[in-house]
Amino acid sequence: MGITFRKETFRDDFTFRNSPEHIRRFPFPFHEDAYMYAVNIEPHVVGPKGSVLENLIDVDEHYVAEMQDRALVLAEDPLRCQSLPHMTLAGWDLLELLMEQQALGYPEHFTLTRDGDRWRWINRPLGIDDTFTFGDTSTLPYGPMEYITRQSQGDFCILDQRDGNLWMDAGMVTTQADWSLDFDIGMNFFEWHAPVPLAHEKGIFTRALKFLTNIQQGKPARRLNWTMTINPRLDTSPENYHKWGPDRTTVTPENVGDKVHLRVELQSFWRLPRSNGIVFPIRCYLIKMDELVTQPKWARRLHRVIRDLPEELATYKGLTRYRPTLVEWLSKLDDGSATSPGFGPD
Amino acid sequence: MSTGTTKLDVVVSDVVPVNELVTCFHFRRRDGELLPTFSGGAHVVVEMRDGDRTRLNPYSLMGSPLDTREYTISVRRDDVGRGGSLFMHRSVKPGLEMVISYPVNLFSLDLRAKKHLMLAGGIGITPFMAQTAQLAGEGGNFELHYTCRTASLGTYADVLRERYDRRIRLYHDDRDERIDLDRLLSTQPLGTHLYVCGPAGMINWVRDRAAALGWPSEAVHFEHFAAPQPGLPFDVTLAVSGKTIRVDEQQSLLEAIEAAGVDPPYLCRGGVCGQCETNVISYDGKFIHNDHWLSEEDHRSGCKIMPCVSRFEGRSLVLER
Repeated sequence: MGITFRKETFRDDFTFRNSPEHIRRFPFPFHEDAYMYAVNIEPHVVGPKGSVLENLIDVDEHYVAEMQDRALVLAEDPLRCQSLPHMTLAGWDLLELLMEQQALGYPEHFTLTRDGDRWRWINRPLGIDDTFTFGDTSTLPYGPMEYITRQSQGDFCILDQRDGNLWMDAGMVTTQADWSLDFDIGMNFFEWHAPVPLAHEKGIFTRALKFLTNIQQGKPARRLNWTMTINPRLDTSPENYHKWGPDRTTVTPENVGDKVHLRVELQSFWRLPRSNGIVFPIRCYLIKMDELVTQPKWARRLHRVIRDLPEELATYKGLTRYRPTLVEWLSKLDDGSATSPGFGPD
Repeated sequence: MSTGTTKLDVVVSDVVPVNELVTCFHFRRRDGELLPTFSGGAHVVVEMRDGDRTRLNPYSLMGSPLDTREYTISVRRDDVGRGGSLFMHRSVKPGLEMVISYPVNLFSLDLRAKKHLMLAGGIGITPFMAQTAQLAGEGGNFELHYTCRTASLGTYADVLRERYDRRIRLYHDDRDERIDLDRLLSTQPLGTHLYVCGPAGMINWVRDRAAALGWPSEAVHFEHFAAPQPGLPFDVTLAVSGKTIRVDEQQSLLEAIEAAGVDPPYLCRGGVCGQCETNVISYDGKFIHNDHWLSEEDHRSGCKIMPCVSRFEGRSLVLER
């Protein structure tokens, strides 16, 4: 049985919704009633059936609509996809990884056939059937990274590893939480993390870099990150701040449940075999408050997390303006009873 | 978080003597599948089960990264080493089932380079076998200068000359041929990256001359082949796990720790990656540091040791393991 792909939008009339099954599989990021940074990295191994970790590269009911939204973003702003000249080989690595994983997890939707370097890729949801020569960019309509990331949910940063550091030297970034590939391209790990508050003082980035530069082939890792977004807008980029920034002033007690979305990023880290680079997929999941609070445990816990969040973090995540309204709304769903351990709903 | 890398179950598919010192070993997967793709400069750690002893030694992959039906490594026989190379030469025959690690690359090409200038000494040629194959496949610009003792010990020199012709320059010690290093380093186009693999003396010489001639350190890449050295046996207390162990003459400290059932993380087993760095709680004696990871200050302080290659002589050593 295949996935039923939704017809929906992430802009204008914002018809994005999660089905009841997708609400229950939402990767809720809080395992306790409080939040603080930690190097919360764990091995990226297959998780329970019916969760977003059932496959290492997740494809869900929003796939087709997300790919259409990505095409719209790229048509307006081609610089959302960039690859420095030395990163083409890493692009082929990524193409192989995503084709293999999508075909493995969803054989009813994707098929990869290989005969030496002659490859055939069938993507049924998007109506694609292409035969090409692996390693020969002239046989694809785009460069290898752009080709495959126009067909894969989530943003992708490809990091070159050299001089004991990681360098943001290629990427496809259209569903980002207020950062810009065009600004960060060519930067190293410390440079592109410079704006993050508190974490530098805790030595988090030094330790994280040491971990990431030692990621081994066949042993990917993952972590969750989160923020909030007003309206289910995938493209909350600095380039388009004028379109989404003002949304934050529109939250009222009446529309919190519909407008305020928890935005969770499932970030994974993979060593690329030919280029020795690292690919960093950032997969964005959105859920509106009305959907989230259908799980009472999540409602109680989110109330406590947002209420007690340190001011610097609330500012960095852009919640300041509507936090009181949101906390007031969530407080009505928090009877003060204990929450069970772990991420999942009760 | 994890010890070492994922393991691969392989079978020795061929053993080919190359010259009087070097033998080439071929591995295939036991399940008949393709091996993982790798990048030029990568190594695998080979587990050698020799009776009740297990040695783990790293070897550069030297086949083409474009062909993953098999991996090939070359082992130079070391008659005064710890016995790993002798085991490979004497006991490893086609059909033997072995376990190797996934490939790890600590000596990768800088793909920004406009030109790759490679300097190899002796068995240090092996990572360049894969790197030249990778670059040739992509139309990359490289030049390899290879020094060896005699023509008959010039492992793979003939293969390289045949594949790449004038891009390979050979220097034979017995004919008094020497790389004119200063001239070579002074006449490279901008954007050239320099790679050197060979004996420690050669690496130090090349790095020193490159620095003196104004090469940026980011453009100079090197791989030490620091095999663990044998030495006097010594006793060690592992404070965290509450064990006391003896390190034999032919065993590395890391192997002795592993034999006691304690598994520190590792990647290179050659003193360069830093994974197995271990804190010293107390000691009475002297360290024999052989690594390229710790600073001189660390070595003097007596607070840290790299158990993959370094040893100890004295009355007592207590480690935080």
